[in-house]
Parts: sequence; C-alpha cells; structure tokens
Amino acid sequence: MAETKEKQTYQAVIGLEFHVHLATKTKMFCGCRVAYGDSPNTHTCPVCLGHPGALPVLNEKAIELGAMAGIALNCEVASHAVFARKNYFYPDLPKGYQISQFDEPICVGGHIDVPTSDGTVRVGITRLHLEEDAAKNVHVGESGRMHGSTGSLVDFNRGGTPLMEIVTEPDIPTPEAARATANQLKSILQAIGVSEADMEKGQLRCDANVSIRNPDGSFGVKTELKNMNSFRFVEKGIAAELSRQQEIIEDGGRIEQATMHYDPATDEVYSLRSKEEAHDYRYFPEPDLLPLELSTEWIEEKKARLPELPAEMKSRFVESYDLSEYDAGVLTADRDLASFYEEVAKSADAKQSANWISGDLRALLNEEGIEISDSKVEPKDMAELISLIENETVSRSAAKAVLAKVFETGDSPSVVVEKEGLAQTGSGELDGVIEGVIADNPDEAERVRDGDKKVVGFLVGQVMKATRGNADGGRARELLMEKLGS
Amino acid sequence: MISEEQVRHVANLARLGLSDEEVARMGGQLDAILESIEKIQELDLENVPPTANPLRLTNVFRPDEPRPELDRDDALSAAPETSDDLFSVPRID
Amino acid sequence: MLELTAFELAQKIHAKEISAREAAEVANTRVEKVEGDINAFVTTTPDIATERAERVDERLKNGGSDSVNLWETVPLVVKDVLSTKGTRTTCGSKILEDFTPVYNATALEKFGEDLIMVGKANMDEFAMGSSTENSAYGPTKNPWDLSRVPGGSSGGSAAAVAAGEGWWALGTDTGGSVRQPGAFCGMVGLKPTYGRVSRYGLVAFASSLDQIGPMTRDVRDSALLLQAISGHDPNDSTSAKVEVPDYLSELENGVSGLRVGVVTELMNAEGVEPEVRAITEKTARDLEEAGADVGEVSLPHATYGLPAYYIIAPAELSSNLARFDGVRYGHRATASGVHEMYRRTREEGFGDEAKRRIMLGTYALSSGYYDAYYAQAQKVRTKIVDDFRSAFRDFDILISPTCPTAAFEIGDKVNDPLAMYANDICAVPASLAGVPAISIPGGLSDGLPVGVQLMSDHFTEPTLLRAAHAAERASEFRFEMKP
Repeated sequence: MAETKEKQTYQAVIGLEFHVHLATKTKMFCGCRVAYGDSPNTHTCPVCLGHPGALPVLNEKAIELGAMAGIALNCEVASHAVFARKNYFYPDLPKGYQISQFDEPICVGGHIDVPTSDGTVRVGITRLHLEEDAAKNVHVGESGRMHGSTGSLVDFNRGGTPLMEIVTEPDIPTPEAARATANQLKSILQAIGVSEADMEKGQLRCDANVSIRNPDGSFGVKTELKNMNSFRFVEKGIAAELSRQQEIIEDGGRIEQATMHYDPATDEVYSLRSKEEAHDYRYFPEPDLLPLELSTEWIEEKKARLPELPAEMKSRFVESYDLSEYDAGVLTADRDLASFYEEVAKSADAKQSANWISGDLRALLNEEGIEISDSKVEPKDMAELISLIENETVSRSAAKAVLAKVFETGDSPSVVVEKEGLAQTGSGELDGVIEGVIADNPDEAERVRDGDKKVVGFLVGQVMKATRGNADGGRARELLMEKLGS
Repeated sequence: MISEEQVRHVANLARLGLSDEEVARMGGQLDAILESIEKIQELDLENVPPTANPLRLTNVFRPDEPRPELDRDDALSAAPETSDDLFSVPRID
Repeated sequence: MLELTAFELAQKIHAKEISAREAAEVANTRVEKVEGDINAFVTTTPDIATERAERVDERLKNGGSDSVNLWETVPLVVKDVLSTKGTRTTCGSKILEDFTPVYNATALEKFGEDLIMVGKANMDEFAMGSSTENSAYGPTKNPWDLSRVPGGSSGGSAAAVAAGEGWWALGTDTGGSVRQPGAFCGMVGLKPTYGRVSRYGLVAFASSLDQIGPMTRDVRDSALLLQAISGHDPNDSTSAKVEVPDYLSELENGVSGLRVGVVTELMNAEGVEPEVRAITEKTARDLEEAGADVGEVSLPHATYGLPAYYIIAPAELSSNLARFDGVRYGHRATASGVHEMYRRTREEGFGDEAKRRIMLGTYALSSGYYDAYYAQAQKVRTKIVDDFRSAFRDFDILISPTCPTAAFEIGDKVNDPLAMYANDICAVPASLAGVPAISIPGGLSDGLPVGVQLMSDHFTEPTLLRAAHAAERASEFRFEMKP
C-alpha cells in the first residue's frame, strides 16, 4: 500500500476534531425535542429560532454528559467554565452567533489509548467543550451542493441540539490510526451513554487537521479536512489528503492552508474556497448565561456513575476470556463488536470466537465498510460456525468460505454448508477415496512404499482434488502413510 | 486613526452595508468616540478580574424536559420567504 | 380621572367606582387627542385596551376584588422593545416594521391574558439613544415643551404618561433609558436591580445591563408596578432567585436614621449644570430634614463608567443585533447571494445610531482590539462594582443628578454622538454595578423638570423606594399632565 511508502519518507501529523450530539431529550438551551428525521421546522421555539428577546437556559443533562465524557477521556473537568459567543453570519445560525465555549471549556487535557495494527497509540485530548449545533441547510438547485445552487432552505429542527466538541492533539501517525481513534472514541462515548454517536444520523462528525512533518522535524502547514461522514472515509479521506500533500512536496511545491473536502465518490479531496472566508469570531463571554462552577463532589459523583469503559472492558476480556492484549483491544475498540463477541463467547470457545471475530469477520466488515450492527451475521451464526469446526463438520478452510457466504446472504452456517456442499469428507468416505487414489497412481504409491516421502504431497493433492477440498489435508496424509506402510 | 479600510473590514464582519459617504463619516465618528474612550487606558488594572455580569450567580440550569414547541405555521409566520415548510434564503456564496 | 395616580385609579376600579373599561376609553380618547402632537406611540391598541378592560371588569364582577391584582386594572403603556404576542413589536426600527411576535415578554405575562395595553411606545431604535430621535417612526416630543426631546430611549413611555395617554408605563433601562426620560418628563423612573425583573421577551440591547423598569407619576405607582413585574423567571438565566418583598408596605416608614451619601464625582461630573446641582443638593437637604444622615461619598471610578459603558454596551449590542438578518423575520432586501442579502438588509433596516454602535462594538471585539477595549472595560466594571460595595458599607442611599441637564432641544445633539452619550454620565455607574436606581423630579429649571437620582444596594428596592417617597413628599414638585 501507498501508506507504507509514505511512512518511510514522510511522517504524517494528524489531529482530529469531533462534534458529537449529546444524548439528551431536549436541546441545549431550550425545551424543544431533539429528533431525527422529523418533518422540518416542527421542533422550534422562540429560543432556537433566535426570536427577538428570547433567552437561553442551559440543559443540566448536557453539562453532566459533557463532564462524564471528559472523565472517560481522562480529562480534567474544569472547576470554572464559561460559555462564549462565537460571532459569524450563516443562514443555519439563527442568532448570528453560536453559543460555545472559548478560553474556559468544561474539560481539558486527556487522552485515549487506541489499538492499531502497529500497537497501541496514545492520543492526547486537547480539550472538550460544549456548544449548540447549527440548523440544517437544504440546498436547492441542480448540483445539490452549495456552489452553483440557486438558493437554500433551512430546517431549524437540528438547530440548538447539544453538541460536544472534542479536539485531539496531533498525535495520530496514520490514516488507519485516525480511523481507529474515531472508533475508539465512539465506543467510549457509547459505553458511557453520552451519545448514540451514529455517524449516519450526524450524531458524530469528524474533521481532521492533516500535515506532513518537515524534514527538520517541525510541523508542516496543515490543512483542515471536512466532510468525512463514515469511519472508512475518515481513513480514506486522510490518506487522499496525505497523498495530495506528498505529491505537492515531491514536486517541490508548498502546502497552503486550506479547508479541504473529501468526495467519497471520486476518492479525492478538493478545496472549497469561499469569498466570505475572512473569519474573526469576536468571542466574548455570553452575557445571557452565567459561569459554571463544578464542585469536586459533583465531579466525583459523575465519575462514580460511569459504566465500564473500553479500557476496563479490555482488561476484563484479557482476564476472563484469556485473550491476547491485541485481540481484547480490537474487540473492545468497537462497543457493538464487543457485545457481539460476548454473546458468541457465551456458547462457543472464547479464544476461537475472538480469533474469528477479530480476524475473518472484521476483515469482511472492513472490506464492505460496514459496522457489525449492519451486518447479516448474528452472534448465533458465529457460535454455530465454531461448533461446526469443532465437531469437524467443516474444515477450517471451508469455514472461511462458509462465513463469507453467511456474511453475504444471512443464511445460517448449517444452511450454507448444506447448500454449498461444504461438509468435510468423513473418515469412512475418505478411506475409499484414498484407496482409489492409490489404485489410480500405482507408481507414485510404490515410491512412497520405498520411502520417498516427497511424493506423499502429490497423493494428498489428488485426494483433495477428489474431495473438492472438503477433506482434512492432515488426516489424508496420515491415512495415506498408514496404508502405504511408510 | 481608524482607516477607511478598517471601517470597511469591520462593516463586513458585521454584514453592514455602508455607502462611501457613510464609510467616510463613520470613520471620523468612530475616531472621536474611540478617543473619548481612551480614558480607561489610563487606569492600571493589571490584576483586576473582569466583570462580565453584575450578578454573582453560577450554575443556572433547566431540567432536560420537553417544553411546548411552536406550531410550524407560527414558526414560519414572520419569515420573509418560505418554501415547502422551510425558511428560504438566497444562494449561499 | 386623568388626574389620578395609577394606584388611586386601581383602588377605584377595585371598589367598582370606575370600570376598567371606562379607564381604557379615557386613555384611548386622550391618545386620539394629543398623539398628533406628541408621537408617543409606534402602535396604538385601543381595541385591545377596551376588550381586555371589559374582561377585567367581568372578572371583578364574578370573582370580586381578590380575584384581580390591583395592577391588572390600570391601562398600561408598553415600550415597543417588549415582545407582545399578536401585536407588532418594532423596537423603533425599520428592520422590524412588520414583525409580530409569537410570544409575550415574561414581565407582561405577569398581568395575565388581560393586560390592558394602550399601545406600544416609541423609543430610540433598539433602545440606543437619549432623545427618542433615533426612531424610524419619527421623534417623540416632550409634552412639557414640544420643541424638546422627551429623553430616551424610553421617551415614548415617558411622554405618554406625562401627556396622560396612560397612567403608567414600562420602559427599559440599559444606561439610563428609564431614568433620564423620566427626569426630562417630570416623572418617576426606576431601574430595578439587575436580575430583579425577567429580561425574557425584552429585545436585548446590552444583555448584562438591560432591565425593565416602571415609569410612573409618583413613587407609590412605581412600587406597585415593580411589584407586578418582579420575580424569578426560569426562562432567564440572569433572573435572580430572590424573594420579592412587599414594595408598598414600607413606603411611608420615613428616612429617619437612613444614611444618605451625595456622590462627589457625579455632582461635579462634566456638563452638570448649576441648577441641576442645586436641585440635587436641595433633595439631599430635604432628606436630611426628614431625618436622614447626609454626607458626601466618593465613587472614585464613577466617571470611568461612561467610556466603559460605551465599549461594553455596543459590544454586546453588535452581537445581539446579529440576529436581524432577514432570514426568519423582519425586513429582507433583495439580493442574489445570502451575504449580500445580509449587508443590504441591515443597511436598509438599521438607522444611523444603530449602525454606529454596531460598528463600534464589532471593532471593540475584533481581533487585536479585544484586550485594549472590551477586556479593559470589564475590569473598569469590576472597579465600579467595588466602589459601590465600599460606598454601601457607609451609606444606604447614594444621591446624584439623573443627568447633567434638563430636556434639550430636538435636533440639538442628534448629529453629535459624543454630546449625546455625555448625557448618560450619571446614569451608567448604577447600570454597570447592577444596583437599583430611581429618578424622581426634584424641581424645575427654566420651567423644565429636573431629575434627581437615588441609588441603593442590590435588591434593596424597599429602602430605595422609601427614600424616594420621602424626597418626593418633601419636594415642591407634583405630577402635572401636559400639554
């Protein structure tokens, strides 16, 4: 892969910025419901429409969830935090400012440990702050995109949804690690019930700051990469941006600061320049809200309420299922995958389950770019497949094919085995096949009898051919040697 | 002295259209006002904390409970332009 | 009937000597008669006044006087910056010419559904000004002298009550906008403690300074109207959870033993005319004669209040007015792109003063200037808060002129922003500190009323009203309906 080459000559510097919807019933500053997919402009009030005279009041639950997220990300929860106005004009921003946090956010300075194929990477969390989401612009016109459209329509249902911004340090070395970081974060947030973090619903959004380190070790010019709306696109988008930057550097050019968008359809990044881009947000303390003073007791109480975190779950997996650190890490990086595993391990061998799920099943998921929750494979299918291997109904190699078929069709493993005739050839039957192979290949059989073991492989091959691969190769070799008295 | 360019820059931040005549007049007026405001610079307030709000209150919350929402017709009633139950605006450029 | 105070009228309506409907009709008739000269209203609502007055009468008939609060019976003038459901609310701006709110301000909700509203009073655009000349709906005239301004920004509210177009009014005060027009029109104007009255539905000028306040014929009316609008509101985070006392019960307890401090810096502030100083001194002497201990007090940073105010208020305002963008309500200019639409909408919709302050505030908050202006002004604010705190260790009441002069001529200062701003010099310190302040008429200068300002510590309105009531009784000034 191209990245391997990049890693040798160019060192990527990646930081991520997440926007996460908090799992509250109502909006950040008013009592309108947070809802997805409802008819437009049906969840509004004077506050979230920015009507003259309307005032914001903080949703207590949002503060709790923000603090809990910070605790789970090993951050320090600030004893004093302030909301600030970020001033800019946009049709999805009803007040002409977004209520956010600026120099005194609710949480600072944490980290998460992210399992990657190169080992665990510790990614620093710079800050976590709370704000309100913007409304939704629906662009009309032929292109469906902003530029070239004839106008926009605005739905304020989403406007004011409690939003948490999490900014990481630029500690992430590869696109793959970026994806793993996003995954890990999602699993933490889901584990503690702070967010459903469904990317498709826009509950989890991810932007990246991407640069290539200069030869002298200093940071290169970074670009901001937006519009990566799935974990796979986080990885692919960053990879695409890195190769764009690398090409520029190789051609002797200079990287310019820019906001890039990733287009999954072409797997390319492009720059979106707006002539209204000159930003000066004029942050100042939001005078309609009062500061937060979070006491140590309050923070401790939230800490006590936190459910099992992925890191804790990982230790438990190592402990109680006797898994390797790596397997446990991979499984617990994805909350859904972890519970899938625990379900399978209830009725199948724990280690085998881990191998199959972190190996073959995850490979299939990655290939399709889907999450376990969207896959047709059920925990009972996985358990059944493992028992089919154990009772030697299918060979290990055939089992891979069975899993692929289950993944594709959603049929149970036994049905797949039946339909596809993938059952392992039984020993009685195998005896007959071997007799036949010996009879059909008298010369080779003779050479084996004379002690020429190199020819055994050829005969085993003939057996496999005759059984269309459904024989256990090791067993066939044993039987051949036995019969030829070698 | 605040330059015409600065006046135009600030007007753009505030999305405030100004005629050339207004730009010129505004510059002079802002200068005069800013000059009168300079008085506060003479105070040494190095270690004085800022006051954002005269009320020394903190932690004002509301419970996460739904409140009555507007009927869509009311929400849209004052809008200059709507289309398909949405607020309509010119092209975003 | 027009000679009665609101309190007297309310008692008569409660006693069914007069019906609320009769009162509403008297107000409506007076509006028709003098409004052509005064222009106190942006919108008059005679039908609303009579319909709701009838409902109040009905409730009084069915439930007796206990079922209706005193304050609910008297027709009210409402500054056009308070959101009124179903009645257009312009804030004196062209940008909201056709805007009809979908909800009521909390202070108005306290009157229930039957708020007998005479109309929406004229004002400086978005409450920015000291003369009510900055209104898209024409200037309001001072009923005492039609060539003069009524003060501002609540000039319409003040003029309406002075002219008998209603018995009392609600105004809003950010840096003197209730007190100064009160002073110019010979009325009582009270700015309550910041947090005393909910700001929900008060279209924000400067959020950390704005308060709704009563504008009345005398101090008792002020106490009654404050009673009506005070109290905690869960919809306003900056509304205090402080119990509302009975503002009328202590009113006549006198000032014996009360410590009253005359604020040196404000007595000698730039532009304070000798007559104004003399009237203020006389009020202090009146209080002394009534039993108060009067002395001098210093607020060392008081005169830094004006420049600090003219950073903080425009900064907050520049952000508060950003919502007027032509998307969800209000005026929209035609343009092919959205940003051009914003610029043209706001260019067409805002008047000169609004534009000037938006520019000033945007500049003060912009990158590179924040520390020198906004941050420094917030520190000045801390010093002023501290000044008041230490003054209130030795004094219960502080006294000063409300403003340096009596009402000035229309057109005198409208093109000279600095001269206009200088008018607020005595009023802004209390605003920055969030303490309550009341202006009462102290006497006349060249036939025009002069206001005297009394200030007290946070949430001590009962003491403030008691002192104001004593000063009012001692002064020779009595409310006179004009013209």
